[in-house]
Amino acid sequence: MTELLALLPSYLTAHLQLTLLALLLSAGISVPLGIAASRITWLEQPSLALAGIIQTVPSLALLAAMVPVLAALDLQSIGFLPAIVGLTLYGVLPVLRNTVTGIAGVDPALREAARGVGMTARQQLLLVELPLAMPVIVAGIRTATVWVVGIATLSTPVGATSLGNYIFSGLQTRNYAAILVGCVAAAGLALLLDGLVRAIEVGLVRRRRGRLAAALGAVAVLYAYAGITLAAPLLGDRERPIVVGAKSFTEQYILSAAIAGWVERETGRPTALLQSLGSLVAFDAVDTGEVDVYVDYTGTIWANEMGRAQIRAGRAEMLDGVRDFLEDGHGMTLAATLGFENTYALTVRAEHAERLGLRTIGDLADHAPRLAIGADVEFFARPEWPAVRDTYGLDFREERAMDASLMYQAAATEEVDVISAYTTDGRIAAYDLRVLEDDRGAIPPYDAILVAGARLAAEAPDVLDALARLEGAIDAERMRSMNLRVDERGEDPATVAAAFVETLSNDRAP
Amino acid sequence: MIQADGLTKRYGDATVVDGFSLNVKAGELVVLLGGSGSGKTTTLKMINRLIEPTAGSVRLDGVDTAELPPHELRRRIGYVFQRIGLFPHMTVGENVAVTPGLLGWPLERTAARVDELLELVELDPALRDRRPSELSGGQQQRVGVARALAAEPRVMLLDEPFGALDPVTRERLQQSFLRIRTRLALTTVFVTHDMTEALTLADRIGVMHDGRLLQLGTPRDLLTRPADDYVDRLMSTPRRQAAVVDALIGGTTAEARS
Ligand SMILES: Nc1ncnc2c1ncn2[C@@H]1O[C@H](COP(=O)(O)OP(=O)(O)OP(=O)(O)O)[C@@H](O)[C@H]1O
Ligand SMILES: [Mg+2]
Repeated sequence: MTELLALLPSYLTAHLQLTLLALLLSAGISVPLGIAASRITWLEQPSLALAGIIQTVPSLALLAAMVPVLAALDLQSIGFLPAIVGLTLYGVLPVLRNTVTGIAGVDPALREAARGVGMTARQQLLLVELPLAMPVIVAGIRTATVWVVGIATLSTPVGATSLGNYIFSGLQTRNYAAILVGCVAAAGLALLLDGLVRAIEVGLVRRRRGRLAAALGAVAVLYAYAGITLAAPLLGDRERPIVVGAKSFTEQYILSAAIAGWVERETGRPTALLQSLGSLVAFDAVDTGEVDVYVDYTGTIWANEMGRAQIRAGRAEMLDGVRDFLEDGHGMTLAATLGFENTYALTVRAEHAERLGLRTIGDLADHAPRLAIGADVEFFARPEWPAVRDTYGLDFREERAMDASLMYQAAATEEVDVISAYTTDGRIAAYDLRVLEDDRGAIPPYDAILVAGARLAAEAPDVLDALARLEGAIDAERMRSMNLRVDERGEDPATVAAAFVETLSNDRAP
Repeated sequence: MIQADGLTKRYGDATVVDGFSLNVKAGELVVLLGGSGSGKTTTLKMINRLIEPTAGSVRLDGVDTAELPPHELRRRIGYVFQRIGLFPHMTVGENVAVTPGLLGWPLERTAARVDELLELVELDPALRDRRPSELSGGQQQRVGVARALAAEPRVMLLDEPFGALDPVTRERLQQSFLRIRTRLALTTVFVTHDMTEALTLADRIGVMHDGRLLQLGTPRDLLTRPADDYVDRLMSTPRRQAAVVDALIGGTTAEARS
């Protein structure tokens, strides 16, 4: 718990930066747009329709969609910017809609009275229409506030730190305390900001000077804090830390922390973690320089980044191909192969395998029409799946996609019969699953490699050297046991990583 | 002072005001009298350009109003709306101070003016910081009149200002308005469909029907020399009503005697 709470200030600050800036931008866009729409009739329907369409895009997808869009525009596509753009778009609709309806709801007799006492169109807007529409507009801002605070937790996969880091890593590592801390903190922040907006409204409408000043003061302090913390890294010429990335599963959390610890220890340079990145985002983040190093797997890069449909490549052939692709195509470095493979493996409950006499994947073919297979969402969409299916002629009764962290449980409770597990997952042993042999080599090799960005080669060769010393440092057994300590014994990935770095240093000590 | 010449308003095929001409002298109070839908409000709004006329012109002190920016014109003319139209988000004092504020009066002058007006329309100065929703209908009407008078206009347009009030309150307000307009020498066009109100207030009455000004004259003119049947019927209503009242009183006395 203390480890969790130690992260709170940085996560909360990042979340606050995202939320406050996005809300300021949404309000800054939608209030003027709403005013314009209430003046220029043809503008109203298209702008509301557009905002409505944006709203119907699932929020996670909207944020993820910002990555390629910003990349195409040659802007920062990983990290703060895509999150801000996505959140801002999300906040536009409630404020826009309420501004339009608020102004439209002003009694026409009062509009006429405003003209009758001698107001210009502008004075009519400022002195009569906006004050009368204000409660409705504020209600829209409050809706946007609560939404944006909640949705900002989804900034984590696009590379912006937020309270979502608790939630994403907690979900993957089954750390329910982390999920709880993330949710409670987000809810608390939503209540606080909503309360402040409400206090400003009450202060304005009922003319409570004191209350208004207090609420405005609090908002100003929050904005100042967010602004200063946001600007600080830009101003001070502090050494930029070596950023270690991680996708969102246990092994990646452990390895990123281990790499960071190792680099700090070996080079004395500061490091930072950027975790819970979307699978493809991680690679892009190294490409754009947001991340300096992360762990990926040869088969993944082979299929996803190199777009090779032909997945039946030999292990060495694939490693060379990936190395060439990284170095020639992207100026990246394949800094080390860690020494283990994390590949897909079809597994069955040992007792069940015994009963059916299953040893190889081929043995499944006869039984498949009576069996259900579970796998993570990604697996069924990858080229491996048709390759395995066709090579062995498998035709399962049912294919169920589920989150990787729930898959083992589903196998244990016999909800599915076969799962596509990861070979380094400690839960294979913990749940007494049997790995079926891929004797016809349908599943490509997935060697774990360190992918380093161009900046390391140019500016920090010592870091590259340190990374190179991790060559072969982790075998599959070691990785499995580390994963198991997190997944089943509930240890913190950082703790497990620290212990690993400790042993590694002692081993390597002269 | 106000010279309306051939004012006409058409909406599509419907002509709602047709060739309305009227000359209101300085300090005079002309009542526009007519049934519902006869075009009184439309005519009044064409005078301060809340409605732009389809044809015709209005001159104010000899100046064609079409040549002034509408908001400047309206700041010089007090207007009391049929539906009052007080701004609900402003206090009574702020409502009254609106036009002086638009004209950029110094704050002290405006504040003094607000006090003066509340007194003039016989409102308790303590109401100054209340919201309009916290006032009675009669009080709201007084605020509406005060707001129209705030920037010291020499011309006032009033659209059935006391229409929604009980007879006793209405009469009190009529009396205070008469005092005010005499004191300030206001040039006034006052719209009503209440015959008694017209007779009480008017220097001259203009009878409107179907968008046309049927007859214009002093109350006595209209009573004694109605131009046509419509005016005649209209002008005889108070007498008919009085006859009903007389009969009632007569009946009661008869009952009491027997
Ligand atoms: N914007 C408009 N479009 C079309 N017709 C209109 C419009 N405004 C008013 N009218 C019509 O013009 C006629 C005159 O309306 P106006 O409001 O001037 O009447 P009024 O004499 O003030 O009636 P009342 O005593 O009921 O207030 C009515 O028949 C009304 O329906
Ligand atoms: Mg009317």
